[in-house]
Amino acid sequence: MKALKNLIDNIKPTFSKGGKLSFLHSTFDAFETFLYVPEYLTKKGVHVRDSIDLKRTMTIVIIALLPALLFGMYNTGYQYNLSVGGSMDFMQMFWYGFLRVLPLVIVSYVVGLGIEFAAAQIRGHEVNEGFLVSGMLIPLIMPVDVPLWILALSVAFAVIVGKEVFGGTGMNIWNPALLSRAFVFFAYPSQISGDKIWISGLSSGQGVVDGFSGATPLANAAAGSPVPSFMDMFTGFIPGSIGETSTIAILIGAALLIFTGIASWKIMVSTFAGGLLTGLLLNVLATDPSSYMAMPAWNHLVMGGFAFGAVFMATDPVTGSQTETGKWIYGFLIGMMAILIRVFNAGYPEGMMLAILLMNTFAPLIDHIIVQSNIKRRLKRAVIK
Amino acid sequence: MSNKIRLRKGLNIPLKGSAETHIAKNISPNIIAVKPTDFKGLNPKLLVKEGDLVKAGTPVIADKKRPEILICSPISGTVKEVVRGEKRKLLEILIESDKKHEYQQIVTPNFRKATQKELKETLLAGGMWPMIKQRPYGIIPSPSVEPKAIFISGFDTSPLAPDLDFTLKAEFEHMQVGVEVLSKLTCGGVHLSLNADNFAGSPLHRLEKVSLHVFDGPHPAGNVGVQIHHISPINKGDVVWTMDLYTLAAIGRLFSKGVFDLRKIIAITGPRAKKPCYIETLPGMPMSDIMEFVELTPEKKSGELLPVRFISGNVLTGDNIGENGSLGIFHNQITLVSEGKYREMFGWSKPFRAKKFSFSHSYFSWLTPSKKYSLDTNLNGGERAFVMTGVYEKVLPMDIYPMYLLKAILAEDIDKMEALGIYEIIEEDFALCEFVCPSKTEIQEIVSKGIDLMIKEMS
Repeated sequence: MKALKNLIDNIKPTFSKGGKLSFLHSTFDAFETFLYVPEYLTKKGVHVRDSIDLKRTMTIVIIALLPALLFGMYNTGYQYNLSVGGSMDFMQMFWYGFLRVLPLVIVSYVVGLGIEFAAAQIRGHEVNEGFLVSGMLIPLIMPVDVPLWILALSVAFAVIVGKEVFGGTGMNIWNPALLSRAFVFFAYPSQISGDKIWISGLSSGQGVVDGFSGATPLANAAAGSPVPSFMDMFTGFIPGSIGETSTIAILIGAALLIFTGIASWKIMVSTFAGGLLTGLLLNVLATDPSSYMAMPAWNHLVMGGFAFGAVFMATDPVTGSQTETGKWIYGFLIGMMAILIRVFNAGYPEGMMLAILLMNTFAPLIDHIIVQSNIKRRLKRAVIK
Repeated sequence: MSNKIRLRKGLNIPLKGSAETHIAKNISPNIIAVKPTDFKGLNPKLLVKEGDLVKAGTPVIADKKRPEILICSPISGTVKEVVRGEKRKLLEILIESDKKHEYQQIVTPNFRKATQKELKETLLAGGMWPMIKQRPYGIIPSPSVEPKAIFISGFDTSPLAPDLDFTLKAEFEHMQVGVEVLSKLTCGGVHLSLNADNFAGSPLHRLEKVSLHVFDGPHPAGNVGVQIHHISPINKGDVVWTMDLYTLAAIGRLFSKGVFDLRKIIAITGPRAKKPCYIETLPGMPMSDIMEFVELTPEKKSGELLPVRFISGNVLTGDNIGENGSLGIFHNQITLVSEGKYREMFGWSKPFRAKKFSFSHSYFSWLTPSKKYSLDTNLNGGERAFVMTGVYEKVLPMDIYPMYLLKAILAEDIDKMEALGIYEIIEEDFALCEFVCPSKTEIQEIVSKGIDLMIKEMS
């Protein structure tokens, strides 16, 4: 360990100002602070600091994503096995999924972090940890068969247009991970819709058992076909984007996020409430019992990306509402919009992505109203003499 | 126990090294530093030169624009050195004691009969005026403006703060005189806030001619700014005065004895204090006088030997004065902590870091609420843009949106700053926000810049 510390100290001047490789100082700094909590001291103001930093914060989000990731890998193998009518055991299915998902994760991180490092370098900033989470979220909301070059393009789009042009992590308006999905959705619609892409191998025409469709519950619902049972969708043995299928796995992550206080429980609760209430309202208004409107409201919460979006996407502190009251409104409207888009707009079966991006856009407006009401309240305050 | 105000938001930082209630030493410093930098809003003009003889109470500095505002020497002796910094900025005046403790006698009127004008003149001539802080901005008040009211916090909740009931035990009479003087300077009355935990135990509830308020809750419940926010918030155009109990007692001494006497009992605290205790001394005392209370054996962490940081004041708002520095005039404690200049391998990813404290639940320190920590000055991360939200609000018991106010300051938007509450806060009120900030933002520095901008724009 001592040797490593010495090595870092020895090569540090090369990367510091005036050194030969000083143009790589952000990169060097990123690796150094990854290895060690740096020796930075408090200067002015508070002399001691809380132990939490953004690395810790982002690590916890990644840990919270692990159940969804691991289940996603397993489900990839499971769905493949179903589609070919195979007889793989648990480990085989997991291994199959692992090999399919891992390249997506690697491509996402390599492309995204590459751009992040370059951007930090150009600005002369330290590398921000934000992409550690985005880089994991992006593969989890992609279909498993998405071509790697499209994934790479979408990550580049999300990081450059979605984040860096605004000034980097903390300054962006839209959730970068969702932006990457929206990019694929609108730029390569054929690659992210239809029934074939959700299951590994299906789009390249590998053997399929008779009667196997591969359609996601969302597509079924939109087409008026029956959806899987609530329990199947809750546990997640359904086709869909890699990380979104299992509500249980997502809720495990949610529990960690709420417990550590990293993500806002208010947004999560209000998003689910907004979705459920809107669903119930549609149930009441539905005239035809076989229509999408009449589908039990609670099914919406476990279908598609609703739960994943509510827990991991809507709660992004940068793009979400920043006031505590605003968080309730913001979350509720996401839930509501998601269901409305799903049910009434057949062109976009996944309403969650668009609902969150839309509310990302409106979050500053919600906050503005809340802050204005605070200003008015403070102006009106009674003065005790 | 009327109008008890309960604050739930806030945090008591569990720092090791709280002082035991006994006075370990009575120090008469050989040399004293008078630091004009202690006073916000002062434009210092030197009144003495090296070699001059002064008594305790002899003015050494005046304000350039308001020459009636005087800063006086706390001891009698000889002006040894005038220390200047860059651009000849006056940093401190060093005064060597003659060990005679002679006071400049100040003619004081009978405070019960005196007019407001006479009382003000005495406060000015007696050097007590710059010890009063005006809100907004936390600056020296203007002698021509009558304050809406005067607020005093009767307890200190900051980390390892001295027990004011102990340190001011003998000062009750003086504080009563102080209250009577102040009550004639405002029509809004003198407001004193006490801690709900120790309301009856504190002799302060027997003070007359004050409006008592009771606060319950963690730090910053003892901050006068937070108390004002809940008693009678400062709106645009309002001017109020604040001071600590030590200043109140000193005003009382001025009017009862006619002397400028700043002797006080302060606490020596912190993880690097050898047997944390109380001492009696004068502001401006050099750190060399307390070396016997400092744990100089370096602490070892991650293979590095950590020296001591000398903080005049508490860890949230104090000044890093170094081992050659001296006690600030408004500070009632010295905090000694280790300089955290060490690197911890994969520190941020370790699930357990038993010696680290965090307000968040991302560590396990919340499981041991009574454990005290030996915190050091490591930043525990790198500086980042604002990312997390809702964190500052948890430690700020005020109806203010801290993030929006900070952004308004950064954008130098005067109207927004005004609307979002810049008049109600000074640096210390946002200190806990800075402590918990995961992005390691220097929040007090931002607030300070905002206040400076307001002073510049509004004058």
